[in-house]
Amino acid sequence: MSLRRLFSIVLKELRQLRRDRLTFAMIVGIPTMQLLLFGFAINLDVRHLDAAVLDQAGTMRSRELVAELAASQVLTLREALSSPQQLDEALRQGRISVGLVIPADFENRLERGDRPAVQLVVDGSDQVVQQAARQLAAYPLAHLRGQSAATASMEVVNFYNPERRAPVNTVPGLVGVILTMTMVMFTAMALVRERERGNLEMLIATPVSPWELTVGKVLPFVGIGLVQVSLVLALGKLIFAVPLRGSLLDVYLAALLFIIACLALGVFLSTLARSQFQAMQLAFFTFLPQILLSGFMFPYAGMPRAAQWLAEILPMTHFLRLIRGIALRGATLADLWIELVALAVFSALMLGIAVTRVHKRLD
Amino acid sequence: MSTAIAIRARGLTRRFGALVAVDGVDLTVGRAQVYGFLGPNGSGKSTTIRMLCGLLSPSAGDIEVLGLQIPQQAEQLKRRIGYMTQKFSLYEDLSVQENLEFLAAVQDLPRAAARARIQELLARYWLADRRRQLAGTLSGGQKQRLALAGAVLHKPELLFLDEPTSAVDPQSRREFWDSLFELTDAGTTLLVSTHYMDEAERCHRLAILDQGRLVADGAPRELCEALPYAVWLVDCAAPRRAQLVLQGQDGIVALAQIGAELRVLAADAAWNAERLTGHLRESGIEAQVRRGAANLEDVFVAATRKPATDAAAAGAAA
Repeated sequence: MSLRRLFSIVLKELRQLRRDRLTFAMIVGIPTMQLLLFGFAINLDVRHLDAAVLDQAGTMRSRELVAELAASQVLTLREALSSPQQLDEALRQGRISVGLVIPADFENRLERGDRPAVQLVVDGSDQVVQQAARQLAAYPLAHLRGQSAATASMEVVNFYNPERRAPVNTVPGLVGVILTMTMVMFTAMALVRERERGNLEMLIATPVSPWELTVGKVLPFVGIGLVQVSLVLALGKLIFAVPLRGSLLDVYLAALLFIIACLALGVFLSTLARSQFQAMQLAFFTFLPQILLSGFMFPYAGMPRAAQWLAEILPMTHFLRLIRGIALRGATLADLWIELVALAVFSALMLGIAVTRVHKRLD
Repeated sequence: MSTAIAIRARGLTRRFGALVAVDGVDLTVGRAQVYGFLGPNGSGKSTTIRMLCGLLSPSAGDIEVLGLQIPQQAEQLKRRIGYMTQKFSLYEDLSVQENLEFLAAVQDLPRAAARARIQELLARYWLADRRRQLAGTLSGGQKQRLALAGAVLHKPELLFLDEPTSAVDPQSRREFWDSLFELTDAGTTLLVSTHYMDEAERCHRLAILDQGRLVADGAPRELCEALPYAVWLVDCAAPRRAQLVLQGQDGIVALAQIGAELRVLAADAAWNAERLTGHLRESGIEAQVRRGAANLEDVFVAATRKPATDAAAAGAAA
């Protein structure tokens, strides 16, 4: 491998990039837009669920409970019902997503503590509501019961995000989403472009080796990826006050390894695609499972075993554990070494497969 | 003797699945000359050139280029050849100068030498005042001169040009060919594919390819002289009707109307001026017939039509 040739390819790539206004705009535009979108618009904090109360007990303590739940802001009490049929109807029509049923023997149940005192009827078609209701079910009723020692309900203690603000969780994960989206697509497209425009045919008649070409074209994207990481972290801190509890160096090292994994995936995809359009399609094909299974959208723990295995293969899963660990829990790379190994193995594997195919495509 | 030979190929064959793109081609190309590949689209010109450059491995056959075994020694060959692709293959979003600088680095030219060589080529190919212009905004002729400059930057001994003038006006084509002969004067061997007859006539030697097979090769004049057919020029009032009368007759190889005249390519033994006038008179056409000189187009038509006329001859014999 000749350094001069490698450098000339990097220089050429940067010159082309400078003139490619659209790509240039995407490098900055995608992170900014996504950060604002995910940070402001997509709020997974559940507040103000529409609810109705069916109070069959009608005692002082039952009214006290209703008033307390209303004050928690998780539920917005829309109506008071008088029969189970009405509750049924309200749920079916979508007027409410939660029904609070206080049975006639509420007082009794509360005293004995052997059966749940209150029933929450939940619109199970919405996962977010289910989740919220599960937390609501843990609402402490002990004080209503008097001084009973054994509390039947559990308290949820939120350790790292006590105010449960979504951006704190979302922004570090967003670094992973943005890198996955841009790095894989940019590299796959950049490599295929050379072939699609006919430059490759001219280049392979010169002493350039396929590896000089691949590495030369991919190197600029390492720099671009790190710029994007900085952008998201800076905006996250400025706009959403997302904390960075671990070391900044660790964040960048983890990001660097993840960028390499994404670029390796991009190089591999470029060997499958015949046109830039196909390259883009393939990039999206790998992007979807990553965003869905990596734990960015849905909690890893809630996924079925098969989905978890699949998630372990995806580089973004490991990067999310790294960045959330470092940024939010103040972990170090040494604590999370297994994730680094996973990313390194993924990169090596992808590049390994690509090597065999890069040689083939030149024939 | 072998030093005077740039390319030698024997039984060169390339298959793509069931398609035989190049079929048993034998070639010998001498040094410091322009060797032409003439053939219709899809005749295997580009595939042959790619195999000779070492970009594509042959399915069968032996290739020796500049004394190197191809494709085994293709990497060594790459430093000694230039390749100008059919489609413009430099970077449209780089300037003229940037393209050449990039290629110089890729070809490992030392920096100072590269700078001097780029100046020299920009001047020689009239691109000096365009050096900062993006390649994509150049005209067809300018792009082609830039591509040529890029292909000869490292002073290759052998230059492959795949249909270099297909997107260029006639004036630019003439200038381009002047540049090619400048290169052969300096000792470079050129292999040029084309489907233009006037370009083919300029080559020192020529190979005619048809459906992947080499159907004729030699110097253009030799090929014309060796043609086993005679050319007759028929001057009559209704050339179009005369063409229909002669169409499909045994021994008539090709007919083409050139202005008011009908150009007839016919087997030597079967037809002469008397027989042509007689045959046309029977159909009520009065015609003057005189002998014409065979040109490369006749050679090309005769060579690429061969299977059909063989079949006709076999039918006539039976």
